[in-house]
Order: sequence, then structure tokens, then C-alpha cells
Amino acid sequence: MTYVRHIEHENIVHRCFRCGYCRYPSNYSDFNCPSYKAFGWDTFAPGGRMWLTRAWLAGEIETSARFAEIMFSCVACDNCKNQCVFPKFKDFLPDIFQETRAELVGEGRIPPGVRDYFKAIAVNGNPYKLPQSERGAWAAGTGLKPFNNHKYLFYTGCVGSYDEVGQRMAKSVGKMLVDAGLSVGILGSEETCDGNDVRVLGEIGLFTQLAQANVDIFKAKGVREIITLDPHALNTFKKDYPGLGGIFQVRHYSEVLAELIRKKKIKLKTYPAKITYHDPCYLGRHQNIYQAPREILKAVPKAELIEMHRHGPNAFCCGGGGGNFFTDILGTAESSASRVRVREAAETGANILAVSCPNCAKMLSDAVKMEHLEDRMEVLNLAEILERARK
Amino acid sequence: MHQLKFDQKVCASCRSADCLLKCQYMKFSGHKEAHGEMMKIMKGKDSRVLTECMTCYACEEYCTRGNHPFYLISERREEKGMFTAPRPITNQWINMTKMQGKYLVGDVKDKALSCCYIPDLGALGTGEIFKDVASAGVFGAEFMCPAVHTHFARMSVIKERLPVVIENYRKLGVKEVICLHDECYGTLTSIASAYGMEVPFKPVYYLDYVLQRMKELKDKIKPLNITIAYQRSCSNRLIPDKLPVVKKIFQLIGVKAPKRTYQDKNALCCAEILRSISGYKLADDVVKRNIDDMVKVGAEYCVFNCPACQISLSEKVAKRGLKPVHIIDLCKMAIGEKERGTI
Amino acid sequence: MSDIRKSLVDIVGERGVSDAPEELWFYSRDPGVLAPHRPDYVVAPQTTEEVQKIVRLANRQKIPVIPMGNGMSLAGLVIPLKGGIVMDMKRMNKILQVNPMARYVVVEGGTSQGALKAYLQKNHPTLRHSIPDAPPATTIAANVSLHGQGRLTNQYGFNSDMVTGLEVVLPTGEICLIGSPSIGPYWISKGPTLPDLSGLFLGWLGCTGIITKVGLKLYPNKKIRDAELFVTDRVDLIPHILYKLTHLEMLEDINVWFQPKPLMFLGNFHITIFFTGDTAEEIEFKRKMIWDTLQEYMDSKDGGFMAIQYMKSVLLEMPGRNIADFADVPKGGGFEYSGPIAPIEHFPQYAAKLVELAAKYNVLYASAARLISGGHAMMFSISFAFNRNDPAMMERVENALDEAMAFALDMGGIPWKPNFKEQKMTLERMEPNARNLLLMIKNNLDPQGIMNPGNWEVNA
Repeated sequence: MTYVRHIEHENIVHRCFRCGYCRYPSNYSDFNCPSYKAFGWDTFAPGGRMWLTRAWLAGEIETSARFAEIMFSCVACDNCKNQCVFPKFKDFLPDIFQETRAELVGEGRIPPGVRDYFKAIAVNGNPYKLPQSERGAWAAGTGLKPFNNHKYLFYTGCVGSYDEVGQRMAKSVGKMLVDAGLSVGILGSEETCDGNDVRVLGEIGLFTQLAQANVDIFKAKGVREIITLDPHALNTFKKDYPGLGGIFQVRHYSEVLAELIRKKKIKLKTYPAKITYHDPCYLGRHQNIYQAPREILKAVPKAELIEMHRHGPNAFCCGGGGGNFFTDILGTAESSASRVRVREAAETGANILAVSCPNCAKMLSDAVKMEHLEDRMEVLNLAEILERARK
Repeated sequence: MHQLKFDQKVCASCRSADCLLKCQYMKFSGHKEAHGEMMKIMKGKDSRVLTECMTCYACEEYCTRGNHPFYLISERREEKGMFTAPRPITNQWINMTKMQGKYLVGDVKDKALSCCYIPDLGALGTGEIFKDVASAGVFGAEFMCPAVHTHFARMSVIKERLPVVIENYRKLGVKEVICLHDECYGTLTSIASAYGMEVPFKPVYYLDYVLQRMKELKDKIKPLNITIAYQRSCSNRLIPDKLPVVKKIFQLIGVKAPKRTYQDKNALCCAEILRSISGYKLADDVVKRNIDDMVKVGAEYCVFNCPACQISLSEKVAKRGLKPVHIIDLCKMAIGEKERGTI
Repeated sequence: MSDIRKSLVDIVGERGVSDAPEELWFYSRDPGVLAPHRPDYVVAPQTTEEVQKIVRLANRQKIPVIPMGNGMSLAGLVIPLKGGIVMDMKRMNKILQVNPMARYVVVEGGTSQGALKAYLQKNHPTLRHSIPDAPPATTIAANVSLHGQGRLTNQYGFNSDMVTGLEVVLPTGEICLIGSPSIGPYWISKGPTLPDLSGLFLGWLGCTGIITKVGLKLYPNKKIRDAELFVTDRVDLIPHILYKLTHLEMLEDINVWFQPKPLMFLGNFHITIFFTGDTAEEIEFKRKMIWDTLQEYMDSKDGGFMAIQYMKSVLLEMPGRNIADFADVPKGGGFEYSGPIAPIEHFPQYAAKLVELAAKYNVLYASAARLISGGHAMMFSISFAFNRNDPAMMERVENALDEAMAFALDMGGIPWKPNFKEQKMTLERMEPNARNLLLMIKNNLDPQGIMNPGNWEVNA
């Protein structure tokens, strides 16, 4: 078949059977694709997206707001990549969707929310349209100093820098790193958006610009080792930055905290609580880090870790990935990912929903309110839980 | 076509007939009968051996006079159109191992690490022990020794394919091929020599290589202090001179292998081929006697040197409380590269 | 906005209706080789009452309604051949009740096979249903409305035989309970001892109504499942081997399969034998019975058991995750099969025909037959893989399948989930009085002819 539009992996798009394994966790207990769960049309499942991409490449359907909505409602959670039953082909599913979005960006036909997101980042350096000078304001009182030949750079990202819930996570993690005696600094107003979600949404030009700015300043400051707050940043630092000359040792803060506990740099008293842990897609499926956060929670005396039905590689996304944290294409209906996820968390009987990603923290905190679960369950990040156990 | 070099005079004048008398799966009344059967085979006549032999390879070891009774039996069976295992199984093996141009060649210079056509071998040939050769792996039917077809009495396949395999290695320009499987080393030495095939490189037995490396890594070794039972593979019968290497390795890594009834020359087959040839009755009996024997000597681990034995026996030994482990993994455990719990 | 669209939105809300080009394009086709046809609307109801209202609207407006599960028949059974409304039933996916002692479950029609499996595993681990080898997204109602088969079909018959009651929206909009639930609270029988009305819907491919609830028999879920794989290169022996195996009366499932690629499968016929037990002893006993009954073929060297330790976990998976990839030898994203129901004694003829057709049409074949009800019949799949980017190859597959079905009918077989062309071929051969009876039923139930038109059209 000849295509009238082109993407890199167009020669394999037709290999999708649309069989539907992609929309499930490995035990098929529920739909595990947030956009399919929210919209309920086959077109919003990975198979539908794949078949429509092919139709669109072939000119059988035209670019439209609906087509863009279908493509941009993908939260890039990678569940489909994990579950697809076609070896090798499966590895390219997220790439194909990203390439299609990039084409739409090229055509200038993107949902308004996505357009606003790009614009805010391009103009303000962050999607909140807040001044760059305020980027490091959250760090006040944590003991964190501007990066100056420290061993580690603590990279915060936009959500940790500007969002209230994100800032809470940044503060508690930052303080804990300082308290544990780590040589760690921040870039504050010199930090640039990591660009992970910009890339996933297909704005490769803007991404490259952001990434290059970060690489340049990291190098100029002599950064060698980075601890990220945001798994999204971790992901792009590890996967994309090396291609731009940015080769650093990058770890997520959960890995670092786990190590500090192991080395007894963080000492814990008892904290009796029932905790369930939500795996962020960019830490779990994208970076294969499942154990470090659990190691932290299991280290808290008297705390009980209860797994949700879907966890680890089968975790259900909070719905905030792939830029949906800002673009909100999935919406806030009862079937939206974050609300489904907090209901699942509440089912475990846990009184704490532990999170390790600032996006998840915000998404799930809001959902807890929408589901009226505030009295039953608190959303806390790993460092906050440790903080309570230190007292 | 290469012909089997079988010295009829040597066989005719044999006073022991150990090749058949020591067989664990066929019974003979004495030298006269055993020798008589071998003579029939030699002369191309019918013999009950041709229908009853379980293809355990052991007679290649029992014959201490340099002849090749097992290859001869296999030759004769094929000449007579006989099958050991069912025909569809035989042909499946021939088809499955056919060269189709789907092979992998690593960064090969002087040395190649032969991973045969067995995916598990690639994972074994890694880590500190293999650090100098791990990247030089070769994998695929193009590099697989065809010895397995002796089980099915299809020596024609070996005669056809082995020269191609040897040529494939030669084309890589290697001086040494480290064989990760006894079958491979046995083929490039015993079978190739029995058929007068020239091997223009040096086959290296992987346990020789491992032993050498473990000596070099001596400082890293923490004695395992465990009791094991060793499952000798059929193809080890083709290279009996290599049997002591295993014991040296065990000694080096602090592994106790108490004396068993079924060891060394009396070792029992993993029985997978027996099952395939004759059904479950004999196979189950052999497996039971073998594992009973392992349990009796207090073994905690069952140590394999052949992935096929390991696949066939792992579950069965595990059910009896023994941990199945490949000898390479055991060495990796000894130098702290693998945790005991993960085996 | 059109009046019909507005009426549909009134019934199911904005999120339940689409006439966007994207949904219309997608819901106009299935993964098989048949040509697509555009629907006018796609709707996704969430309750039986919504289904009822949509059907009443369609009746008034004489608009076709095509109920759809996951659209995985591959036979184009949800392609809206005459346009109209495609009704995606997957939002009706509640598991309503399980009666563990009477071993049945009641589900909404759009419940997926995968979800039911997961639910039982979690809540009733000693119970199971007859899960098909289709992907887990396929639905319970679609499966029984096309007489699907599953893991327990060898023991207990077609999955539609396992139905214990139905709730149906008739083509004229009435909601109707079928079987024991029409009398009392228990879903224990789809018909017997009453006149069996379930036959008005099971096997009708959605032409006589929309199945909104299904009662389904559940069966003991033994603690251990195991498998053996017997191979032979003599196709003439297959019926005898199957006869011997079914005589054991203790096997879960028996599949016979053959395909030329990968090379290790060339020239052999493979019989996968599944069996279950609650203890290792029970498993070993059954294994020995299986080996003993086939020992004569080992002795004659005509057949033998493969060592399958390394592939056992894949064989035992339910549904088999690798099946589609296995069938997709040309890596082209498609395969389609005819699956006539035939006596097992015809296995050799079907096998020969499959190879002949593959050569004639230059396509790659695969076949997997499943025994039904202990060997009374088998489903023989005549399967061809195709490259979705190669329209000429897809046409060759379509022609090969047409010829395969003509052959099956000549052999006295009956079609399983026939596409509209195969339905016509079948009706042409049907005894006239039987055909008239079909016509009478269809016309009486669906006077406007709105239900999945183009299928089972007796008067066409």
C-alpha cells in the first residue's frame, strides 16, 4: 500500500491485528488503557489508534479534531507495549503513536490544550505560565543550596517546581536528601523543563531545544550525577539526552532514598499504617524500577504494604502521562484513569496511597477529592511517609 | 562422503566385549553372546541390539580399544532403514536443526564461543568467567554440532552437515572454538576423527576453560560448602578423558560430591531420549533410580553440564527437594556473581 | 444534527454515540479479508433499557442494527453490510451473579472472556468457564451467538451448549427472558424441560435479537493442568488416534494442528492433549493412560511424544497469547479461517484440501482442529495468513476460503461462523422445509428485517 503521509515506522503499521490484548493487564481483570477506559470506543484503544493511523497515512481518513483527540488522548503509559502479543512489533507501538502526533504537530492540527501547553513552555519555560525566576522558590527552608560543585544535582522539573502538590514532594525529598548528609544542589531558576512530555506529544523541535538547554547548563556547571524528582525527567535524561551529548549518571530519588536507608543514613522509627503504592508509568514500565519504592515502604517498621490488584508492570496509569496532566483530554468523568485508580487503591483498605511521581501525586490527590475518599485515604509521597516515620 | 573408521580386526579380536556387556539397558548372558551380537552388527546382519539400543552413547566409552561401537550401531540402523525414535520425532529434529541462514555471530576474532543452537547457552557463557570471550558468541544451526542425530541413527545427516559446520567455523578465521556443550566438543573431536574429518581449529572444552578461569579467579572464590549430585550427560561418554575436569572444578569451589551408585561409567542417562524411544516405563524407572541415588547421598543440588539434561530433569529433581543448577552457574555462585536464592 | 443522531444521544448520551469519520471508518470493518461497509452510526449502550430504546427507534426508522462484541469472528459478522447502527456492546460488561453451588454465572452480554476469567480466578478459584482461544477482549454474548468453542468444548460441547438462560432484546424491542429465568430466579437451564427457545438466538449471529444477559455454566477448575504433545506424520492415523484418546473419557481438550512453518513443524501432525487433576497422582495417572493408549504408534515408529518442558507454559496459557503471532507467519498482520464442523474421520481429506488450496492460491496455511463433545465432531480450521498491505494476497485468501467452504459442504460438513457468502452457500444446500422454517422464524421475529441484515437472509 502506498501512503500519502509518512512516519518512520509506516512499513509495520499494518501488522496490528487489533486483537485487543494491548488494552488489558496480564490477567485481563479490567481495561488497562486509560484512554480506552475513559472513552469506551475501540478507536481510543491502541489497536484502534494503530488502524486509524494506517487509514490516515493512506488518506482514507482526513486530519480532524477527533483524530487528533484520539491520538493525543494516549497517555504513553506503555501498557500496550508490554501486553501486545507480537514480539518485536510490540516495541514500536508507542513510537508509532508518537510519530503520528509529531506529524499532526507538523501539520499544525493539534488539540487546543496541547497547543497551549507547547506555547506556555516555549514562552515561559513551564506549562504554568509562571516566571522562571520563581522556579526555585519551593526550596526555601529545605537547606538545599544552588548547585555548586555538589556531588549530585537534584533536578525538580516543572511540576515539582510550580505545582502545590508537586512542591510538597520536592520539599520533602530535598530536605531528606540534605538531612541524610548528601552533597546535593539545585539549579533553581537556571533549570529548564526536561521536555519528556513535549517529546511524547510530538513537538520534537521544542523538545530538542529544551533538552539542549539542560545539557548545556548541566555541562557548564560540571554536573555528573543527577537525582530526579520526576520519573518523566528520569526517563528522558536516560533515554534521549545521551543522543544530544548529555551523558550523566541519573537516578530517581526513590533509588537514592532506598540506598540511604540501606546504609542507615536515614533511620526510621515505627509508623503504623496501611500503605498501597502506585507505580508511575515512567518509573515502572518505562524504566523498570519497581523495587526501590517498595524497599523504602517495607523498611518502615509497623507499616504494612498492601498491593493493589494492578501493580508493578500491570499498574494502571494515573492518567497524567503523555502530557495529559496538563492537556486533560481524558477528562474527569467517573471512568477517568485517576478516579478509577483511587477507587482501586481504596479497595485495598489502605489509609495511605503512596506515590513517587509529582504528576501522579497531583492527579491522584485531586481524584481522592472527587471520589470523596479524603477521610479514608491520604495521598503521600515516599519522603513524606519516611518523614512521619522519623519522628 | 566421509566413511566411519571402524577397525573390524580390533573388534573381532576383542576379549572383553565391554561395549555391550556393560550396557545398562540391554542384558547379555556373557562375552560369547555380546561379542556375537557385535560381530553380527559388524557384518551387517540383523541383531537385537539394533532394535534394543537406547542410544545412551556409553559404549563409546566402554570400548577402550579406540573403536566406535555406537557410531557403527547407528550406521547399521540407518542402512537398514530403521528408526530409533518414532519417525516424526526423528524428522522433526532434522528439520528443526536445518541451516536457514538465521545465525548470530558476535565479535569474533581468534576465538569463538559456541552457543550451539541452544538459547540457554548464551546466558551461561557470560560474566567474569567468560569475560574475554562472551562477546565472541556464535549461535545458530550453522554452528550447531549435529551429534544429536546419532540418537536417531541418522549418521547421514551428520556426515552431510558436520563438514559444513566445520567450514562455517573455518570461515570465521578462528584459531579456537570454545564449546559450551559436551556434545559440541565431542563432535569436533570424537565424531570428526571417527569419520576422518579435519578440524582446522582447536576445539576447547568449556570446562577446561572454566577450570582455568576459576584458578585465575581463585581470590574471588568463596567455597560453597554444599553437597551435590552430578548428572553426567550422554555426550560426556564421547570424551571420557574430560571426566576429571568436573571433579577438579568441584574441589576448587568447595563442593562435595559423595560417591553414588550411578556415577562415572555407571552414570544413568537423563532418560529424555529413552522416553522418546520406548515410552515412559523404562524412562520413569531410570529417573527414579537416578534421583533416589542422588537423595540417598544427601545431595542438596543436582548439577548439570548439559542444558538438555537440565530441562528434562529440573522439575523432577526439584520435586524431590534438590535444586537444579548448571555447573557454570554453580561457579558463578562461588565467585558471588549469582545468588544462591536465584538458582 | 440529524434527528436520528439526536434521538440516539437522548438515549445513550453524547459519549455513547458517534458518527465521526474515525469511528465510522473503524467500525465498518473487521480484521478478516471481507470488504468494509460503512455504518451510519456507532452506539454504545450501557443498559438493557438503552438497547431496547435503540432497537425501537431503529424499528420505527427501519434502520439496520448490528450488535458487536470485539468484532473478532474474522468472518465479517459485524460489518454493517447494509449500513445502519453498529452497537458496540462492550460497555455492558457487568458480572451480575455467580451461583457457586449450581456452578453458573450471569453476565451482561458485553462482558469479555478475559474479565470473566480474571473474576472467577479471584473470587471463585474452584470454578472456570470454557475460555476460547480468541483474544480475551472477545465477549461472552458474541461467542455464544456464533456457537463458539473453548477449552471445555471437548468435554461439554459448544460454548452455546453451556448457556443456562438468556436475556434478549427482540428485534421489535421487547425484553425477553429465555429458559429458567423466565419462570423463577435461577439461571439453571436455557430451555429443557421447556420448549427450548434459546435456539431462536444462539447461532443466529445477531439476526434475531440482541443478547443482553447470558447465564453460563461453570465447571470445576482443577488445581493442575498439564499437556502432552503427540506427533505423527501419517494423517490417516489421526482419526484413530483421536478415537482412542476420546475413549479415555478423561481429557480436557484435544487440538490437532499442522503447518509448514517454522520448519520444525513441517511434515508432521501435532496433537495437543490437555488434562487436569487435583493431585500429582491424578495427573500422573492420566499421563500414563494417554501414553499407554498410544503406545502402539510408538512401537510402530509412526508417532511419538515430543519433549515439551520448554514450551509447556505457552501451551497451557488461556487464552493462548501466542496464537495470533504463531499464525502470522508472513508477519503481515492478518489471518482468516473457515472452521467447518465435520466428522473426525474426514480429517485426512480436509488436511489434503488445505495443502492443495494453499498451493493453488499461493498462500501460507495453518490448521488447528478442536474436538467437540468427545469426538462426535471436530472444528477443522482452514486458516490462511495474509499480509494486510497486500490486497492481491487478501483476495487470494478470500477465494481460497470460498473454495474451502464449498469443499466442506460437499463433504457434509457444516460451517462455523459462516460469513454472508458462506451462509448463502449453506442455505442453498439446506433441505427446503428446514430453510422455510428458518425464514418463518426470522420473518416473525424481525418483521422489518433490521437485525444484522445481509446475514442469514433466507429469502435472498
